[in-house]
Amino acid sequence: MNQATEQHNNTDQKEEGDFDVAGTILNHIRDDHSWHLWGHTSIHLPVILKTDKGFEAFSSSRLSDEHHQLVVYNGNYPYKQVDGKIKVMNADGSINKEASKKVFDISITKNVVSMYITVFLLIIIFLGVAKAYKKTGVTSAPKGFQSFIEPVIIFIRDEVGKPYLGHQAPRFMPFLLTIFFFIWINNLLGLVPFFPGGANVSGNIAFTLTLALFTFVIVNVNGKKDYWKHIFWMPGLSTGMKIFLMPIELLGVFIKPISLTIRLFANMTAGHILVLSLISLVFIFKAVSASAMAVPFTVFISVIELLVGFIQAFIFAMLSALYIGMAIEEHHEQELVL
Amino acid sequence: MVVGSVAAIGAGLAAIGAGIGIGQIGKGAVEGIARQPEAANEIRTNMIVAAALVEAVSLFAVVVALLGNG
Repeated sequence: MNQATEQHNNTDQKEEGDFDVAGTILNHIRDDHSWHLWGHTSIHLPVILKTDKGFEAFSSSRLSDEHHQLVVYNGNYPYKQVDGKIKVMNADGSINKEASKKVFDISITKNVVSMYITVFLLIIIFLGVAKAYKKTGVTSAPKGFQSFIEPVIIFIRDEVGKPYLGHQAPRFMPFLLTIFFFIWINNLLGLVPFFPGGANVSGNIAFTLTLALFTFVIVNVNGKKDYWKHIFWMPGLSTGMKIFLMPIELLGVFIKPISLTIRLFANMTAGHILVLSLISLVFIFKAVSASAMAVPFTVFISVIELLVGFIQAFIFAMLSALYIGMAIEEHHEQELVL
Repeated sequence: MVVGSVAAIGAGLAAIGAGIGIGQIGKGAVEGIARQPEAANEIRTNMIVAAALVEAVSLFAVVVALLGNG
C-alpha cells in the first residue's frame, strides 16, 4: 500500500490518515511507468518519448526521488509525471498543455512488459506442444502439457469454429486460437497479485480496442458480396425500407467491434476493482479484524474471476467467429416473397 | 460529492437490470435441465455464455457511471 500513500501525498490534499479508496484503486488498475514489487522496491521501466526534437529515452527512476516524491526531469523538455502520464511542465510548476500534446509517449510500460511476458509464455507453451506433436504424431495419446492444451484447442474448434464458420473454419482457426489464448493468459496473469502478474492488461481499453480492430479488419476484408449487399441494399424489402435500413446497418459494422472492446474492458476492470475494494475494507475500517471478512470475500471473487477470465476470452473468440461467419456466409440467392 | 452519489444510483440501476436478466436465464436453464436432464451440460454452457453477455451490458453502465464520476 506504499503506492497508495504516495498517490495520497501527491494528488490529494486530504487529511493525513484518511484512506483514499478511489485513488488507490485507480492507481492499481492504471498503466504505470514502474512496476511495484514490494515495500519500497519497484522495477523502473524505460520511458521513451517522441518529441519534435527527436526521440529520447530515460529510466523512469529519474521521475521520482529517493523519497518516492515525483520530481521534474529535464530532457528535451522538463517532464513530470502527473496522474501516471508524462507532462511537460512550465517553469512555475504548472502543466504546459500545448507542449504536452506534442509529446508522444511510446514507453515500455507495465502493461507492455506484461504483454511481452504473455507472448513469451505463448511461444514456450505452443512451440513445446507443437514439437511434441511433430515427434509422436497426432494419432498417439497426448503427453504432458499436450493433455492440457489439446482439449482446449478442440473445445474452441468444436464450440467456436465449426458452429459459426462451418467448412471455412480451418482458415480462421489460427486467428481464433491466438486471440483466445492471448486474452486468457493475460486475464490469468492479471489475477496474480505479485510480480509476473498484476498488470491490468486486458482491463486496458487500448488493448481491447486493438484486439477488436483485428476482428473488424478480418470481418470486413473477408466480407463477401452478400455481406455488403445486406448492409447497403437489404434484399427483399421495399425501396423506402432499404434506404431506412442502410445507415442502421452501416452503424452496426462499427458497433460490433466497439461492443467487443467495451465488454472485455469492462469485465476485467470491474473484476480488478471488486477485488481491490474488498481488500481496501481492511484499510477503511483500520482494523486487522476486518480481514476476517475481506479475505474470504476476495478469495471468492478471485475464483469467480478465474471463471470470468475464461468466459470472456471464450466470448471474444465466439463473437469474432460469429461476425466473421456472418460476413463470409454464402447465401443461395432466393428473393423473399413478401 | 453529488456527482458521486448519482453515479452510484446509476450503478445500482444497472445491477437491477442485470439481476433480472441473469435471474431469467437461471430460471430458463433450471427448467430446461429439469425437463431434459441429459442436456444439462449443453444447457449449462449456453447459460453461462448468456449470463456473461447480460452481465457485460450492466458493466457498460458501471463503466459509464465510473467515467461520469471521475
